[in-house]
Amino acid sequence: MTPEVLLDYRPLWAVLISLIAAVLIMFHGKRPNLREAWTIMAAFGKAIIVFSMIPAVLAGKIPAIEPIHIAKGITLHLQADPTGMVFAVLASVLWILTSFYSIGYVRKLEEKHQTGYFASFAVCLSATMGIAFAGNLLTFFIFYEILTIATYPLVVHKRNKEAIDGGRKYLAYTLIAGQLLLIGIVWSYVLAGTGDFQPGGFLAGAAASDTVLKVIFFLMIVGTAVKAGVMPLHGWLPTAMVAPTPVSALLHAVAVVKAGAFGVVRIVGFVFGPELLGELGVAAILAGVAGFTIVCSSVIAMNQDNLKRRLAFSTIGQLSYVVLGAALLTPLSMIGAIFQIVAHAFMKITLFMVAGAIHATAHLDNVSQLDGIGRKMPFTMGAFTVGALGITGMPLIAGFIGKWNLALGALEAGKPIYVAILIISAMLSSAYLLPIVYKAFFKKPSLVSHHDSHGEGHHDHGEANKAMLIPLVMTAIISIVLGVYPNAGAHLYDFAVMAVQGIVSGQVIGGGW
Amino acid sequence: MIKEMLSSRVIYWLILVMFMLGPFGMILQKNLVKKIMAMNVMQVAVIAFFLVLGQKEGATLPIEIQGLMGAVNYINPLPHALMLTAIVVSLSITGVALALLLLVQKQYGELEEDELIRRMNQ
Amino acid sequence: MMEQLPALLILIPLLTALASPLLSYLSGRLVRCTALAALLAAVFCAVGILTRVLSEGTWHYRFGGWEPPWGIEYAVDPLAGALAVLITFINFMALIYAKTEMEDATRTKKGVFYALFLLTTAGLLGMTVTGDVFNLYVFLEISSLSTYALIASGGKRAIFAAFRYLIIGTVGGTFYLLGVGYLYAVTGTLNMADMAVKIQPLLNTPAVIVAIASIVAGMGIKMALFPLHGWLPDAHTYAPTPISAIISGIMIKVPAYVIFRMLYFVIGAGEGPVQQALTVIGCIGAAGIIHGSIMAIAQKEFKRILAYSSMAQIGYVAVGLSIGNVYGLIGALFHVLNHAVMKSCLFMVAGAVKWRTGEYRIDKIMQVSKKLPLTMFAFLVAAFSMVGLPPTAGFFSKWYLVLGAFEAGKWPFIVVIILSGLLNAVYFFRIIENTFLRKKEGAEAEAEEKEIQTATGLELPLTMLVPILILGAGVLIIGVSNQQIISQVIQYALPGGGF
Repeated sequence: MTPEVLLDYRPLWAVLISLIAAVLIMFHGKRPNLREAWTIMAAFGKAIIVFSMIPAVLAGKIPAIEPIHIAKGITLHLQADPTGMVFAVLASVLWILTSFYSIGYVRKLEEKHQTGYFASFAVCLSATMGIAFAGNLLTFFIFYEILTIATYPLVVHKRNKEAIDGGRKYLAYTLIAGQLLLIGIVWSYVLAGTGDFQPGGFLAGAAASDTVLKVIFFLMIVGTAVKAGVMPLHGWLPTAMVAPTPVSALLHAVAVVKAGAFGVVRIVGFVFGPELLGELGVAAILAGVAGFTIVCSSVIAMNQDNLKRRLAFSTIGQLSYVVLGAALLTPLSMIGAIFQIVAHAFMKITLFMVAGAIHATAHLDNVSQLDGIGRKMPFTMGAFTVGALGITGMPLIAGFIGKWNLALGALEAGKPIYVAILIISAMLSSAYLLPIVYKAFFKKPSLVSHHDSHGEGHHDHGEANKAMLIPLVMTAIISIVLGVYPNAGAHLYDFAVMAVQGIVSGQVIGGGW
Repeated sequence: MIKEMLSSRVIYWLILVMFMLGPFGMILQKNLVKKIMAMNVMQVAVIAFFLVLGQKEGATLPIEIQGLMGAVNYINPLPHALMLTAIVVSLSITGVALALLLLVQKQYGELEEDELIRRMNQ
Repeated sequence: MMEQLPALLILIPLLTALASPLLSYLSGRLVRCTALAALLAAVFCAVGILTRVLSEGTWHYRFGGWEPPWGIEYAVDPLAGALAVLITFINFMALIYAKTEMEDATRTKKGVFYALFLLTTAGLLGMTVTGDVFNLYVFLEISSLSTYALIASGGKRAIFAAFRYLIIGTVGGTFYLLGVGYLYAVTGTLNMADMAVKIQPLLNTPAVIVAIASIVAGMGIKMALFPLHGWLPDAHTYAPTPISAIISGIMIKVPAYVIFRMLYFVIGAGEGPVQQALTVIGCIGAAGIIHGSIMAIAQKEFKRILAYSSMAQIGYVAVGLSIGNVYGLIGALFHVLNHAVMKSCLFMVAGAVKWRTGEYRIDKIMQVSKKLPLTMFAFLVAAFSMVGLPPTAGFFSKWYLVLGAFEAGKWPFIVVIILSGLLNAVYFFRIIENTFLRKKEGAEAEAEEKEIQTATGLELPLTMLVPILILGAGVLIIGVSNQQIISQVIQYALPGGGF
């Protein structure tokens, strides 16, 4: 089944709208309300554009723009295929919620450089959209690098030494990765004469030895896995948590790391294709690394006292689920991988927003200080509980669906060891997330520690302000809704299935959730 | 003897030696005026090279003499014409170089390179 | 009139240059306006020539109606035409920018400055359009001589830098002349087109090999190829800013063009000695990329960083020429264009920062982005382009170079190009950190804050701001429209007509 390609400029507009907003934001730095209005309008506009494409894509069509020639033989190509739609829908929905949350957060904390902050944010979203809709490797790369650069001002937002060092580390990792990816892209372009993503891969027919293909795979995967935080390439992620929480929330739970994970899916499914990778045997190595990351990061997460760092390591582990799913190469595992992108985004963003809300309202950053905070901020911590349970893989919350498919995929691939890893990981994540819930609700607050660290006056805080509270409750609710009806609203699960069907070219996918 | 030498390859070797003396002097001499001299030696070597190219045995100046016909009897005038230009160029370079040296001397009171660099970095 | 365009292109700046010192007796303003008008006219001439050449092919203009090989011929092909446009445009921008630099100068000094500037331009233009190898030497020395004087006008240390450049540059010129001597000896002609035909049977003779070697060595010095780059850092650093901008943007590119012209068009890059020469150029180009980038990281002064970076970037051009296939050459030519635009933009930014804060050291210009927001935005764009981040122009030259290197199977070049991008990132992000992120502390910071708050009007005089912004925007425009530039212009500039 080759899907019909529809000439449509909506993918381009989805990219451009936040870029235009970024310019407007820069010009209205002196008028905060107008500036924020642009953010909100662009966020809604983007979501409307993306959602308006859902029916067409569901009907098996692919809205795509007329390719723009940007370099000899290579075009800038944007198309909304099912895989891209999953990511685009996700990012556009979450941008709306994070925008409100950001406004609440930065105003509460009276952050400086707000104009640059919102502008960079908007550029990041453009880049994310571009990555989602990229129709070939060069387009993907261009937006991938824009994302790297646009994130940098957000990472160094605080302008202190820690932030600058974090920014350096972030750039060192991501720029080097970008260059490796570039080599891989040029090489595959020279071999295959094209860079267009094709379900099932385009490198299969290329006249190249296995060794060359393995090297290309290695280059590309390293290039994308750095952003996805696969160990041992994860070093930048915890450091980059010095950024303000909404940044961590959207970028380090959704945009940047997911761009990496999404890149892995693209490379496995659309550049090499499962068949070729099966022959080369390199995917098994990737799966091994991902499995190692899952377990290892969870163990490290248990030892982190800083809440955001703990969440960061949890992110590293959870993202490797996506990489693992792609690397197992079976249809079910790939569906699991794509759906895990969605599920983890909603759950982890909830957790990050909670961490930010606690930081902004109660001025607490460490897990050990959270005793009894659930009594003062019941809604916030309620949302946290939902997110935490989802991460552990509790049924009826979105995370379960991805993991269930992954487990089935692992069995299908005849590698039950990964089922074991999934179970261990679930237990480990319960071990590092659920104690927080327990402390928050069932332990008595220890006033001493509050006074020690922050002087007086902070223990009489109440619930977080509404701009922060409503988005985080909504993401928690969406996590539950997606857990019960994975197709609710945007048909994300259907898209995942369609995408994988394209990759395995119509092979019947049995079972699944 | 000399005539033979000049019409054989030896002259080219001489020119080459002269040419190489230029960079040699520019690198080894620490006095800036001597550097300019070395530069001039190098330029003169190239000028001589061109002139030798235009030479021909038994030919005369490229000014038409009554009754003497045929290109064989005249030396090639083109290299001479070119070298007039080259001499002008080399003259102006020398001029600019000396002007710069005057300024250097005025600023630092020194034309020995080592001492000059030491004074500049003070 | 249209028929005489190639002559006008040279004559307008040349004659205006002669008139400038005289005009300066009347008024300083008048000199400036005349110089600007002359360069603008040259821009139009160049554009006119390029459009005609693109539609009708190479334009053979005979000076005084003398047929070659007796007369001097100007042969403008698309390559020369495009380069002429670039030269006139960048120099025009630099001349606009030069106003604040010359603010306090006496009238006479102004007159001389503009005269020299126009002479440089005329020399560079002559080098590109001429079809005669000896004529090229004359123009080379015209442009060099006036540049020495211009550099020397930058102050105390600039004088010595200029002297050093003069010595080394003259060696380069003399080497080139020696090479021309050999070529003339074996072919008996100085006309490029004529020579290209006559030299074919003689390719492997010792004379031609020596000629190639000395021409490459001579032009290598002028384009600051590693390890012949010794003159470059000082000359770039101490020259007045508009002059730094044109030496880095244009002066070191034109010799690269001469090498390209001689090796690919005149001698013909089939095999044998030319191929070997190209291999050598590629290797030292690659070494220069690494050396220049590392040295740039070690520097503390804004302009010095840019100087070493220029030396690295000229290596890209050398590598592209050495790769030698279609993509490699496109990459090299495209990079000539890109680097001219972005590096002159960067130098102008450095000059603007110095003008505003009085500082060149990058650890003393903290938070200058607050004072010069638009300027520093242009800086960001140009810096990203230097690092090679899409969608700026620098990315695409890198893309073509890497593509060419892959096709030719020249792996070391790929590694070098990629590595260089990362090294560029190191020093540019260091500048970005200092100028955007770090703050001054204590009372100094408060005074600074106050200054920023109370500052009114434009951040820079318009004569500085406009060129910076135009060039900054140019980096983006070239990047986005690189497909047009390559398919409409650059591909016709390749030997054999491109694709």
